[in-house]
Amino acid sequence: MSAVIDDHGHAAHDHHHGPAKGLSRWLLTTNHKDIGSMYLWFSFCAFLLGGSMAMVIRAELFQPGLQIVQPEFFNQMTTMHGLIMVFGAVMPAFVGLANWMIPLMIGAPDMALPRMNNFSFWLLPAAFGLLVRTLFMEGGGPNFGWTFYAPLSTTYAPESVTFFIFAIHLMGISSIMGAINVVATVLNLRAPGMTLMKMPLFVWTWLITAFLLIAVMPVLAGVVTMMLMDIHFGTSFFSAAGGGDPVLFQHVFWFFGHPEVYIMILPAFGAVSSIIPAFSRKPLFGYTSMVYATGAIAFLSFIVWAHHMFTVGIPLTGELFFMYATMLIAVPTGVKVFNWVSTMWRGSLTFEAPMLFAVAFVILFSIGGFSGLMLAIAPADFQYHDTYFVVAHFHYVLVPGAIFGIFASAYYWLPKWTGHMYDETLAKLHFWMSFIGMNLAFFPMHFVGLAGMPRRIPDYNMMFANFNMVSSVGAFMFGATQLLFLFIVIKCIRGGVPAPAKPWDGAEGLEWSVPSPAPYHTFQTPPDMSDVHEHRKGTGGELTP
Amino acid sequence: MGLGLLATVAQARAAWDVNMRSGATDVSRSVFDLHMTIFWICVVIGVLVFGVMIWSMIAHRRSRRQQAANFHENTRVEVLWTVIPLLILIGMAVPATRTLLHIYDASESDVDIQITGYQWKWHYKYLGEDVEFFSNLTTPREQINNQAPKGEHYLLEVDQPLVIPAGAKVRFLITAADVIHSWWVPELAVKKDAIPGFVNESWTRVEQPGLFRGQCTELCGKDHGFMPVVVEVKSQEDYAAWLGEKKAEAAKLAELTSKEWTLEELVARGEKVYQANCASCHQPTGEGLPPMFPALKGSAIATGEPEGHLNIVFNGKPGTAMAAFGKQLSEVDIAAVVTYERNSWGNDKGDMVTPKDVLDFKQAEEATQ
Repeated sequence: MSAVIDDHGHAAHDHHHGPAKGLSRWLLTTNHKDIGSMYLWFSFCAFLLGGSMAMVIRAELFQPGLQIVQPEFFNQMTTMHGLIMVFGAVMPAFVGLANWMIPLMIGAPDMALPRMNNFSFWLLPAAFGLLVRTLFMEGGGPNFGWTFYAPLSTTYAPESVTFFIFAIHLMGISSIMGAINVVATVLNLRAPGMTLMKMPLFVWTWLITAFLLIAVMPVLAGVVTMMLMDIHFGTSFFSAAGGGDPVLFQHVFWFFGHPEVYIMILPAFGAVSSIIPAFSRKPLFGYTSMVYATGAIAFLSFIVWAHHMFTVGIPLTGELFFMYATMLIAVPTGVKVFNWVSTMWRGSLTFEAPMLFAVAFVILFSIGGFSGLMLAIAPADFQYHDTYFVVAHFHYVLVPGAIFGIFASAYYWLPKWTGHMYDETLAKLHFWMSFIGMNLAFFPMHFVGLAGMPRRIPDYNMMFANFNMVSSVGAFMFGATQLLFLFIVIKCIRGGVPAPAKPWDGAEGLEWSVPSPAPYHTFQTPPDMSDVHEHRKGTGGELTP
Repeated sequence: MGLGLLATVAQARAAWDVNMRSGATDVSRSVFDLHMTIFWICVVIGVLVFGVMIWSMIAHRRSRRQQAANFHENTRVEVLWTVIPLLILIGMAVPATRTLLHIYDASESDVDIQITGYQWKWHYKYLGEDVEFFSNLTTPREQINNQAPKGEHYLLEVDQPLVIPAGAKVRFLITAADVIHSWWVPELAVKKDAIPGFVNESWTRVEQPGLFRGQCTELCGKDHGFMPVVVEVKSQEDYAAWLGEKKAEAAKLAELTSKEWTLEELVARGEKVYQANCASCHQPTGEGLPPMFPALKGSAIATGEPEGHLNIVFNGKPGTAMAAFGKQLSEVDIAAVVTYERNSWGNDKGDMVTPKDVLDFKQAEEATQ
């Protein structure tokens, strides 16, 4: 196994092929670690920007009445918050993690298509520059919600909608290229002997996510192109007056949109499936069923889209089909949760920051899953639909789901990235503040939703006032806490206790076999994985330095 | 009075409301029961799963057990926790399907009402009864802008509620004139999207008279939060009397068209029409919110030829948010609002457009089509 660490004796060689100096290093880099870091920084900037828009929303909703912004701008904030968080924060963060970790996890020297990798990253600043710029245009930015239903987003949209469409196209191209890269890397560059069923679950979930992306991002491109045609070229895809149908928009959008929500959660499932075993000091329970469950979730995600549309007037048989199919998702998701709990059971548990975030992930994501199951029940959905209950639901799966998954991953791999241990005390503070703030912000939304408060309104009746104030306080707390995360990361980059190659005694996987910080080039000679037993199930087995 | 008192009590309770109301109809009660059933099933599963997890977090810490177990699969357990959730789901699907079948029962109705969503108000038309009207938010701007204390039904009050008879099956035919809206009254458990160019169907049967409030639930632009739904359920007799009154009103309105109006009368009526229909975009000051909603104060149209002004109010401006009010407002109201706009905020044309002019315009329009 000593063949694995090949870089130590080649200092001179390393020096030769080290990073370029100055700005060109970042502009021209084809190195998966550089690109991964850029993706992560980009997503954190987007997270702060989208988060500050959420602060505007919560400040306006702090009390009944219009105080801070007018409805027109409020709608732009809800729209941009959604778009930036989905396409700018969560998705690029997972692409960043994939870039950094997939080659390290499968023993590959880099991503399979490094130049395309550079291009798919650099499309993002262009796309988001364009999108954010619309806020300063005459008539304002997109104000039709992140789901941009026609005809509000076509005939009735502000003129900047064309820029929005172009921005979505760029993001889509970037995502598709990123996904192709992941598929090509995972299928072609695995170390000898690393069979598919030896891959860490993060690689598995990303492989499946990549296929989802390749399948649905073109659908999104299609729907925005249809909008563009309706707006500028006189077609009537979404206008009944010309023989089209506004509901067609929703079918096409949600055929993209539902798999999209799994795109935002599956990689987090994978990361948590590495972190929980590491801090339980016990192998992952049910590796095989985890893989199959991920596949099942991905398949089901294609046949449930109309559960977002129970109130548009679909026929009874349609309602029944989409209700049953949606309920079925609970089965593979349940399997995953049971597997994580069984992994912890009779382990030897410690609760460093990655584990705290991972455990909170399992509990709070499950709460989001429960409300998801409630929303699947079509007759009950008639009451929940488009109320704050839905807002509570998807924030429970996205904030402690996707975002806690990202935080867990960041703390877990920060020592590998920076070569230093992060400040554990501050990280725990970050966790508890985020945990309390997030629950304060989103749990009361269930209540106001059930009591009858519609989503996307800038003002409300006094009967919703109490819980809205609680929500706002929680949101401010959660938002402010994220600056602490920035501080922790910068502190960790600048110094701290040097991290050993494997800082977590229970961790397994090839990424821990290279030094910390990971050298600029790793696995130029692939490690041999043929001796590793498959029954250690993808954790990299006993392969540790 | 009694109703008002009851509502106050309900208001106080509502401030910390954490759950759905069971509502006022068979359907709403069965939806509520379904909601509670699924909720409790989730609670039980949650307690079990999180219980095991928390137990493990306490009992299986490294400080208590140095050596972790090493098991990592068990086919029997894995099959069990796949099959048992599946059975629970089937148990949930049965009552859900039953309720859904009930909601989709499209048998004959006693009253048919066409509901049309507009930016940002609702239009109700009693099919076969020659009664139709708009329902606008009545909460004053001062309350919204925090210059006056907020009333009890802040943002949930309208000038004319939808009136339906108790005990009767009322069918709603729901559509929209511009963008997608959604008509929702929580206590009736009716929520249906209003889609331009298509008609959706829904129904209710409320046993007891009462007043029920809801809101638009599909983002429909700037004033999405300001287009409430209010439904007043009257006893059969009261409903019949109300319908009679409404018909008489309609007849009276027709008479008004032929009446001789003075400029002052038209401006006075026009101001009310303007506040209800135009002010949310063009603003009470007539200054608009450019560039989306242009100013009327000093605008070329409002100070130009009356025909051009009448035309844009009547037909709207395609491709913009300016709606066609020709079919929304009566001849009198269109005449009044146009006259008002030509003689307010410093616009001093001094001319007027009479209901008779509007009628002529309307007939000319119809003739050309």
